[in-house]
Amino acid sequence: MKLTLKELRKKLYIFATEKTIGFTLISIFLGLVVGAIFLAAAGFNPFQAYGIILRGIFSKPSYISYTIVRATPLILTGLSIAFAFKTGLFNIGAEGQYIIGAVVATAAGYFLHLPLLIHIPVVIISAVLAAGIWGGLAGYFKAKFGVHEVISTIMLNWIALYFQNFLIYTKGFQKPGGETSHSIQPTANMMILKTWKQSEAGREWLLQHPFWKDLLRTPMNWGFLIAVLMAVLVWFILNKTALGYRLRAVGFNKFAAEYGGINVNKNMIISMFIAGGLAGLAGALQVVGVSHKVTLIAAMEGYGFDGIAVALIANSSALGCILAGLLFGALKYGGAKIQPFMQAPSEVINIVIGSIVFFIAIPKLIKVILTRKNKKGGIK
Amino acid sequence: MFKRIITFFVLVLFVMSIFSCGQVKKESGIKIAMVTDVGGINDQSFNQSAWEGLKRAEKEFALSVSYLESTQDADYAPHMETLLDAGNNLIWGIGFKMGDTIKEKALGNPDQKYAIIDYAYGEETPANVVGVVFKEQEPSFLVGYIAGKMTTTNKVGFVGGMKFPLIEKFEYGFKAGVKLANPDAEVLAQYADSFTDAAKGKAIANQMYENGADIVYHAAGGVGDGVIEAAKEQDKFAIGVDRDQNSLAPEHVITSAMKRVDNAIFNVAALLVKGEFPGGTTVVYGLKEGGVGIAPTSYKLVPADILEEVEELKAKVISGEIVVPSTPDTFAEWTM
Repeated sequence: MKLTLKELRKKLYIFATEKTIGFTLISIFLGLVVGAIFLAAAGFNPFQAYGIILRGIFSKPSYISYTIVRATPLILTGLSIAFAFKTGLFNIGAEGQYIIGAVVATAAGYFLHLPLLIHIPVVIISAVLAAGIWGGLAGYFKAKFGVHEVISTIMLNWIALYFQNFLIYTKGFQKPGGETSHSIQPTANMMILKTWKQSEAGREWLLQHPFWKDLLRTPMNWGFLIAVLMAVLVWFILNKTALGYRLRAVGFNKFAAEYGGINVNKNMIISMFIAGGLAGLAGALQVVGVSHKVTLIAAMEGYGFDGIAVALIANSSALGCILAGLLFGALKYGGAKIQPFMQAPSEVINIVIGSIVFFIAIPKLIKVILTRKNKKGGIK
Repeated sequence: MFKRIITFFVLVLFVMSIFSCGQVKKESGIKIAMVTDVGGINDQSFNQSAWEGLKRAEKEFALSVSYLESTQDADYAPHMETLLDAGNNLIWGIGFKMGDTIKEKALGNPDQKYAIIDYAYGEETPANVVGVVFKEQEPSFLVGYIAGKMTTTNKVGFVGGMKFPLIEKFEYGFKAGVKLANPDAEVLAQYADSFTDAAKGKAIANQMYENGADIVYHAAGGVGDGVIEAAKEQDKFAIGVDRDQNSLAPEHVITSAMKRVDNAIFNVAALLVKGEFPGGTTVVYGLKEGGVGIAPTSYKLVPADILEEVEELKAKVISGEIVVPSTPDTFAEWTM
């Protein structure tokens, strides 16, 4: 008995300290525990709260669908930041690149009149290119003038935000009397069965078929599949191509990379271009799949900033971003439900997310705790 | 050590969950919930006011009430559905940003009652929806009149949140009031492109005061906190909005243009309880209906004779003798 417990502990120790995934899982667990303590301190039963969250994510097909829809942009902005991380750059500008992607997608979706199958790709590609250039700008500034990308991307975020608001106020783009742009043409729509869902016949039919009504009431779209595809593509580029090798080499040590004959400046611009494009794709997919328009915004919506947390939780791994994005989307979507169902403050979810990131950011602490115990116990 | 920490956490959890088991849900039958817009529940403005109204209705009619806060526009639809699944009798959308969402959900769920603040569907109102709109131009007109009478520099300011028709109602109502009281007065109007950036509100107000304005009216949510702050620092006057904001700077906020979102929410709740939910209609709250007005604390800083004139004006607006302009076009007609 004692031996097995020791062995178990040893295995747990190795799992937690030497495997990134184990360490991440422990951080997530600790984050949830911290959230539970806050809930309990506020006088709410944490088990009931987490029960509501779990049921709020999984108990209906529409909940799962909403979670996925919520996670899609986060996966992509997470990928954007993770990609830049891998190449030694900190892309805080995912927020602004997202905005550029969204606004360009809306413009291309509204002004262009193209046939069904061509319109969506045109919209998405133009949004990705525009956002890529937006991100590449920060890379260019760094390469050419040595402006740190953290500074330039933060400023570009605000420029993007006001640029979007400026465009919405432009005649011809603004929906008259509203604070939104016009909606994109039906040909650029990627939401499944959108027109049918909102037609008389569609509503009638759905009222009689509760299962389909439940499923189709969400803005279900193909965005998630594209996000997964992108994660695989990013993984492939980084790990299996010469470009990825060069980018990572710059990330590890740019002086060594330069000595090795790699054009550091060019690679920084390429890296920021790709990172920007990924964040822009998030904005474009949100427009074609969910919102179909852009709205005047007074403050950042947070897709890009949440992406930073997603990338951190994923430890900058491309495939990890899918899981981290889903976790994040689930927490954000399901977490809001503790408010109406048990009057508990949904801010607790932000505490949970913050704690998870915190625990991930201080791996040393957990390692120190584990190592001390194990040294005392004489295992090693 | 690791095990001990885990044990400790689990123990804490158990102890605390014992204490928290006292939470029992109220069983009164009727449930009302609201979705805030991105301003959040503590915005010192209409979301907060709406929640106050719901809380009042909760006490009065033994309802159970709840809210869901939105952080992004994409939250509105899922939040509506969460509240639908929670079995609410009535779901409120606070703010015109939810206009399209509410309509779509209402048509998809004809048995569910919805209501929305600041949005009118007109002829197309679904039978299960109530639109509630306010005549913001009317209290703005009254405070504009006060500003026009009280200014000593013949210059007053207006700070708006973002330029769209809803906020323009405040602007043109205010301008009309100023012009009526003092045809020579100039109104400096500027938009902050934000409802949250208090620093920007302060900067704009400071500039207006430096350019000679001595009273600034704001219709800009959190941005207005900065406007009032600037008035305090420069020892000038400010006019509040939505709620009675005199308490923020008792010596400097001369009056506030109040928009009683809380009353509207409360009234609709009362109708719902009575079984007279006015589905399919748009309810308009103006001076006549008591849905808007000037702050009760106005007497502190506004001379009594001006307030008397305001009362007369109010009577004229209520009787329909004065129709307050609310758009650039109607304002242009008014000044002709």
